[in-house]
This record gives sequence, C-alpha cells and structure tokens, in this order.
Amino acid sequence: MLRIARCLKNSNPGLLSLVCFLLVCLPLASATAAVEKQSNSTADHTKFEELQQEFDSAPEVTKACLGCHTEASKQIHKTTHWNWKFTHPATNQELGKKKVVNSFCGSIITNYARCTSCHIGYGWKDDSFDFASEVNVDCLACHDTTDTYRKFPTDAGHPAYVDKPFPPKKGKIWKAPDLTHVAQNVGKTRRQNCGNCHFLGGGGDGVKHGDLDSSMYNPSKELDVHMGVDGLNFVCTECHTTDGHDVKGSRYTTVAKDTHGIDIPGRDDESRATCESCHGLKPHTETINNKINDHTDKVACQTCHIPYYAKGGIPSKTWWDWSTAGRMDADGKHIKKKDENGYVTYVTKKGSFEWGENLIPEYDWLSGDIRYQELDQKLDPNAIVPINTFNGSYDDPDARIWPFKIMRGKQPYDKGNNTLVITHLFGKDSEAYWKSFDWNRAIKAAMDAAGADYSGEYGFIETTYHWPLSHMVAPKAEALGCDSCHSRDGRLANLTGFYMPGRDRNELLDIIGWLAVLGTLGGVSLHGLARIAMRGRRKD
Amino acid sequence: MAKVMMYKRFERLWHWSQAFLIISMLITGFEIHGTLTLFGFEQAVDLHITFAWTLIGLWIFAIFWHLTTGEWKQYIPSSANKLMAMAKYYGVDIFLGGGHPFHKTREHKLNPLQRMAYLSLHVLISPAVWLSGLLYLFYTSWDAWGLGWLSLGAIALIHTAAAFAMLTFLVAHLYLAITTSKEPFGYVKAMITGYEEE
Repeated sequence: MLRIARCLKNSNPGLLSLVCFLLVCLPLASATAAVEKQSNSTADHTKFEELQQEFDSAPEVTKACLGCHTEASKQIHKTTHWNWKFTHPATNQELGKKKVVNSFCGSIITNYARCTSCHIGYGWKDDSFDFASEVNVDCLACHDTTDTYRKFPTDAGHPAYVDKPFPPKKGKIWKAPDLTHVAQNVGKTRRQNCGNCHFLGGGGDGVKHGDLDSSMYNPSKELDVHMGVDGLNFVCTECHTTDGHDVKGSRYTTVAKDTHGIDIPGRDDESRATCESCHGLKPHTETINNKINDHTDKVACQTCHIPYYAKGGIPSKTWWDWSTAGRMDADGKHIKKKDENGYVTYVTKKGSFEWGENLIPEYDWLSGDIRYQELDQKLDPNAIVPINTFNGSYDDPDARIWPFKIMRGKQPYDKGNNTLVITHLFGKDSEAYWKSFDWNRAIKAAMDAAGADYSGEYGFIETTYHWPLSHMVAPKAEALGCDSCHSRDGRLANLTGFYMPGRDRNELLDIIGWLAVLGTLGGVSLHGLARIAMRGRRKD
Repeated sequence: MAKVMMYKRFERLWHWSQAFLIISMLITGFEIHGTLTLFGFEQAVDLHITFAWTLIGLWIFAIFWHLTTGEWKQYIPSSANKLMAMAKYYGVDIFLGGGHPFHKTREHKLNPLQRMAYLSLHVLISPAVWLSGLLYLFYTSWDAWGLGWLSLGAIALIHTAAAFAMLTFLVAHLYLAITTSKEPFGYVKAMITGYEEE
C-alpha cells in the first residue's frame, strides 16, 4: 500500500490526465474491439466435414485437427509449451516449469492436475503423462476464437465436459464449452488465447508478471502502445513470432542486448521478440544531442519506455508470505481478508499477500544469463534467497540496465539441509497441504516424489524473484525523462560501478572547486572594499 | 591622449560571444553536474552540446585570426621582474596610489599579469575543457578509438575541475575588468566600442 501511495505521490500530473483519458476512451476502445475483423483465411472451418460431429472429449477434436494438420502435434512436442522443460544453452541448467522451484505455488510436482490446467495438453495428472501422445495436444487453447473454450482449473488441462460448480461450494457454475462450435471457429492466436494462461499465472490475475494481466486482453494504447486496440492493436504473436509452433521470446533466454537490429523477413531469424527487431539500434531521431541513441549500449529500451507497471487497473502481487498460511477462525473455518481496495491480503490456504498498482520498476544489470536456485542447491539461511540470479554489470559488454518486477515473499525451506523445498499443495489425499495444513507432510510428499532429500525439519525463508519487464510499453510522451535517473536520488541510485552524470560527483573536487571560486570571490571583494576604504588617502 | 581602436571588430565579437558561451556552459554544465536545476537535465545537455560546438567553431576562427594578424604575440610571457611590478601594483599601489606600472598601447594591450593569465587560459584551462569535453561527449566511441581504458569518472573529474578553474578565472576577470579602469566601466565600454585611450 505504501508503494502505491508513493507512486501516486511521485506521479506527474500526466498520470491523472491519463486516468481521465482512459475513462473517456474505454467505451470507445471496446466499441472498436467489438468490430469483428473479417477473416482472410482461405479455409472456413465451419465447412470442414471432419468438424461436423459431436465431440465427447477435447482429444477427439485434436484427432480431427490432425487429419489435415498432420505435423502440428509433432511440432508442438518440440516446444517448451509442451515439455515445460528447457535446457539453458549457456548454463546447461535444466529449467522450465517441470524443474523450477518458484516462490508462488512452488512446483508442479505432486500438484499436476491443478497446475497443468495451463499446459497445452490433456491429462498431465501425474508423472506418467505420455509426452509422445499426439491427440493429447490442446489445439484449442491457442486457436479458439469464440472465447468460450476454457480449460477447467483442476482437470489436468481438459475443459469441462459438463457444466459444474467452480470454485467448489461457491455456487458458481463453470460452463462446458460446445466443442463442435469451438472447433469450427478456430483461427489465429489472439491476445485472449495467450492471456488465459499468461495473464493469470501464479494462481490469479496479475500475480506473476507485473506487466501482463487481464487489462491486456483489450488494452488502450496508453496502457500498451503496441497492443492498444485504439492503436496498433498488436497480438502477442506480432512480436513473439513462431517458427513451426515454437514461440520466440522466452524469459529463460532473455536477449538483454540485441546487437543485430532490424530483422528483415527472409533474411534474418524471423524473431521479432526484441524491441530492436523492429526499431533498430538507433531508434531515436538524431539531433546535435545524440545522447539518447548513445544509451542503447547500456540501457534496455524497456528501462525508459516502461516507466510504471501494473498500470491497467489490475494490481500485481508483490509479496506472498506462506509462513502465515493455515490459520482458521474460531469456528475452524478458512479465513479470507481484503484490504480497502478489495485486494485479497490473506487466505488460509496460501498465507499473506501484498499488492501494488502503478508500480515503479526496480533496476539491475542483466546480460540474459539467468540462473535459478535448484532444489539440491545449498542456500544461506541468514540471507534473502534469490530464486533467480543473473550476470551483468557496467563492465559486461553484453549487459544492459533492465527494469524488473521483484516478487518477494517467504516460502518453506529445509532447515536441516539448507535447501529450498517443494510442497504437495493440491490433491484429495491427506498429505496435501490444502487438506491437512501440515507442512511437514506436504513437504515430505513432494520431496519424495521429486526424489529429493528432506531432513524433516522445515522453516520459512525470504526469497526474491526477478521478472524482467517488456510489456505495458508507454506512448513515447510518457517515457522517462533524463532527470528520472540523472539526478542525485533518481531511479538508478542503487546501481554501482559506474559514473553517471547528474547522480555522481567527486565530493572532494566539489569542495576544492567551490573553495577556489568562493575564495577568489572573497579575495576580490576584500580587495575592492579596501580600495574603497583607502580612496580618501590615495594620492592619484 | 588619443582614443585608438584597441579592440578590432572580430576581437570584440570573439570576446562577447565567447563570454556568452562560456557563462552559458558553466550554467548548463553545473546543471548536468547536479549542482543546480534550471532547464532540466535533457535541455541542459542539449544546450551544453550546442554551445560547445558553437564555441569550437568560434575558436577555429579565433586561432586563424590570431595567427594571421600576429596577435598571438600579445600572450608572450613577460619577465619575472615585470610580473613582480604588477603584483606590487595590485597589492600596494592600487590602494595607496602611484600609477599603473605599464602603459597600454595597441601593440601591447596586455599587462604582464594578463599575459600570464590569458596564456594559462588558452593553453591550460581551455584545452583541458575541450579535450575532456569531447571525450565525455564521445564516450561511446572510446572502444572504437582504442581508448577503452579511459574511465568516464576520470574524464568527468577533469572536465569538472577545468570548469571550476574557468569559473574562478571568470570571477577574477570580472572584478579586474569592471573595477580597475580609470572611469567606471571604462574597459567594458572599450570592449564594446573598440576605442580606448592609448
């Protein structure tokens, strides 16, 4: 809350006018979005014989797709979207959701059916999932254009096949999609398809990324100058180009500094996931003062052009403290607390949260070489543990200053072994934390399943998790001015190892310099006064 | 005593435009340094760079002028004795009376102290400002120029030190130029009209 207040206090008058502008524009924007773009596809899927049938399950739809798109599943099988496994080319670390321990719900291991509701497949409910199955690829998650196809939150990637309540016991009904209608209306991937998982990652709207949340389904150009429906109206794949279903722009291999520049179709690698891919290496108009272009060697475009994040009206989670989870009220019932903004600040199953809107990013040097704290890696129990770290400094020619959302919180760790742990949260069995609220059992169950060593003694440790920001790029008039950093207490006050005009100075030189100037001024003043005093006695 | 054309048209143009540019660059420079806030950092940098290139252009003309007219000889240092005489004048005689030890003529416009001060300005302070300033401006090209071993902090330190020296010079210069002429603002008038008693 303090951070929001600080943001609002520091915000320029432009922010207020921006909010007013948005209020006026939103109805306009949704009107624009409502105008359906005429499809220019050469295929009308409503006319396809294969799709004139009732589908009992989603894999049957995939089977029909594969009748024509014979290679589609084989392509998907090679991607991180399918395998949730990524071998970092520089560090050889085994990453991806299958491996990484995060500071949200920890790990997918033993929690599959819940987590894999965002897997582009069907049926990954335990570690016996067949990654070679072609019919278990979910074509619809990415190609539905009806906005009626949603994967059910707890069915391992399947949609609901009959209407059923969700969340359980809340009286709300989750509608089963009409698979025939959905299959006959497939098309190119839109913001909605990507957003259904990437905007809601980490268990809810705006939880994980600070620059991706449901406000980006139909953003205004004030929110995102590229994706604004009242502007360029980019979909995600405009930049995250695909090559045989492989999507470019993975966070695990962030290109911190693109020295290649504009990617020309047919000649280059067809990846447009960096700003330079379209804007080139000297994006600003050259004047006598070419200093802004000079900055591109050390400062990422995002640093100036994403002045705030979580600015679309949806807060981003900034603090998640698992150590307070498990409290019940006097009647033994679950507790849920909200703050004055209606943001959830406590739930029994997950612990305490903090949220923020219009947040100022934090900045650090990034060379792209991101490493993760692995499950068997020792940690320092007396320090804050970084979930991910990366190389980069002023002296590193491959590094630039990047903006980050830093997720902070407390999560369980192994006090005996000094390692992170993973936890069995979700499941109908009594080992699951969300059934027993017994950390020891939940940790043991997950660690056993992962084949990891657990000493039997757990504690809670504070962690940080850096999320580089690349979305919610502001219109150029809103980009940061020089003074934001080139000032005594600017946004880069914490970065060290280099001299920055306006921020840095040699204090000794300043003292000597001003002594010389003021000393001379004092000297000539005295000299002048003495001349005036002696005027009468002077023999001219 | 007759009034003569002491400062020719180009010399006056050079003096006053240089005065404007140097004072403007001191102001914008100390804004970039973080000492004061006036234009905002970006505009201060814009102005500082624009003024710098203008002054470089002016200096090219001024060097050419000094060389072709022989005016550069005005800065040849005087002997130590003459310097001491000037020091005695500013230290003693200016209070008690006793007249200026040197006679200003068209051929010898500068007294021994001025010769030394302006020579220092031209061969020490100004080159330090130029060199460090140009390096500062083109720091992204250092690697390409084989100067990758330089540090921006050190260059900034030299540039700032030279700026302090310039400001110190300016304070002393203004005092002497404004107050030491026989009639009030005599030297200032001479630098505007060009005419001064010889």
